[in-house]
Amino acid sequence: MSLQTTTWQTVGPFFRIGFSWLYRDNLTEPGVSGERLEIAGRILDGDGKPVPDGIVEIWQANSHGKYAHPDDPQEKPGELGFTGYGRVPTDDAGSFHFTTIKPGRVPGPDGKLQAPHLAVSVFTRGLLRRLVTRIYFPEEPSNAEDFALKLVEPGRRETLIAKRIEGRTGELEWNVKLQGEGEAVFFDI
Amino acid sequence: MKKIPGYRRYVPGTQPPHLHPPYVSSIKRAPLQPLVALPHTLSEITGPLFERDIADVKACDLTRQHSGEPLGERIIVSGRVLDENSRPVPHTLVEIWQANAAGRYLHNIDQHHAPLDPNFTGSGHAVTDSEGRYRFVTIRPGEYPWGNHHNAWRPAHIHFSLFGPAFATRLVTQMYFQGDPLIPFDPIFNCTEDEKARNRLISQFDWETTIPSQALGYRFDIVLSGRESTPMETHAHGEKL
Repeated sequence: MSLQTTTWQTVGPFFRIGFSWLYRDNLTEPGVSGERLEIAGRILDGDGKPVPDGIVEIWQANSHGKYAHPDDPQEKPGELGFTGYGRVPTDDAGSFHFTTIKPGRVPGPDGKLQAPHLAVSVFTRGLLRRLVTRIYFPEEPSNAEDFALKLVEPGRRETLIAKRIEGRTGELEWNVKLQGEGEAVFFDI
Repeated sequence: MKKIPGYRRYVPGTQPPHLHPPYVSSIKRAPLQPLVALPHTLSEITGPLFERDIADVKACDLTRQHSGEPLGERIIVSGRVLDENSRPVPHTLVEIWQANAAGRYLHNIDQHHAPLDPNFTGSGHAVTDSEGRYRFVTIRPGEYPWGNHHNAWRPAHIHFSLFGPAFATRLVTQMYFQGDPLIPFDPIFNCTEDEKARNRLISQFDWETTIPSQALGYRFDIVLSGRESTPMETHAHGEKL
């Protein structure tokens, strides 16, 4: 190793100027296969106050469990029109939402398949570097054997699993409490 | 299936902690529970890729995005994006945003009593070339006051956002200017313990990229996390998408 990774700095409060051209709240296009889901939630601070200056970025596989990336060696079909990337801001109420498809399963470090999940980065003013977390899916039997969920103490796992909204098919709720009671699980990657 | 190496973890002390009380906004937003160490999987060693033509000429010249020229000192900000193994990171997206010459952002929550410039948005993006190089034409941003503490002023800076080849290589940072007297007093600049790591955020004046009678050049090289061990063969195999 000859160089060292550049130091992170906060996105600050004005990131919209640089980020808004690439906002993508719909990861799907007509013809992309998979179960369509609308995922909505809020980012809240340690006092439970909404975070109006936050960004959520999504990275995910397609419904076959294949990433649109050359380092994915799996013999699974890619899909035109599905890049797997999303970027959404929070509004004054700290709310964000995006539309996507439920990804397929991808392999984990032990060769076993992971449960379907989205990789998530959270950026806000006040965060000196991003927070990394994941969104898992409710009523998904494979959650029980997922290696990453198993790394988390059982009482905190539910912060990683989106919830169904009663009476509204295709809609999920997933909130990010940054600090304190109900604090979301964040990963060191 | 063959095992694919992950990306290197940060060297201790060279990255900011989440909680840094002198930066007051971190106090209610930093997580207090320890992070859960996650081995890298396919989800972390892949990441969003963008078309090479996603950035047009105007996107990397912030002085030509409006009918007139912005006020302020025109500068060239350029450098290379490398990984920790000193390899260039080609064709990766670099986004920047900044205040105008008067220290005012084109943003509704910026109430600093300084003029907006109708010819300056302060937003740009570029894609690195095959050698990892990027180049922006912009104006030198002004310093500005903020509410962190009494008489708090941010040193002049440009925000940078980079993706690199993987989810694990994402980076958002800020570039500062050599000789700025506010730098030693800035709680955001100072959030990283390692002094050398901090000082690498300061761009260097550069004769080579300075254009006679037009613009001073500043050089800012950026390093993204590199592969843990010998990288897998470069992906000569064609992309399916």
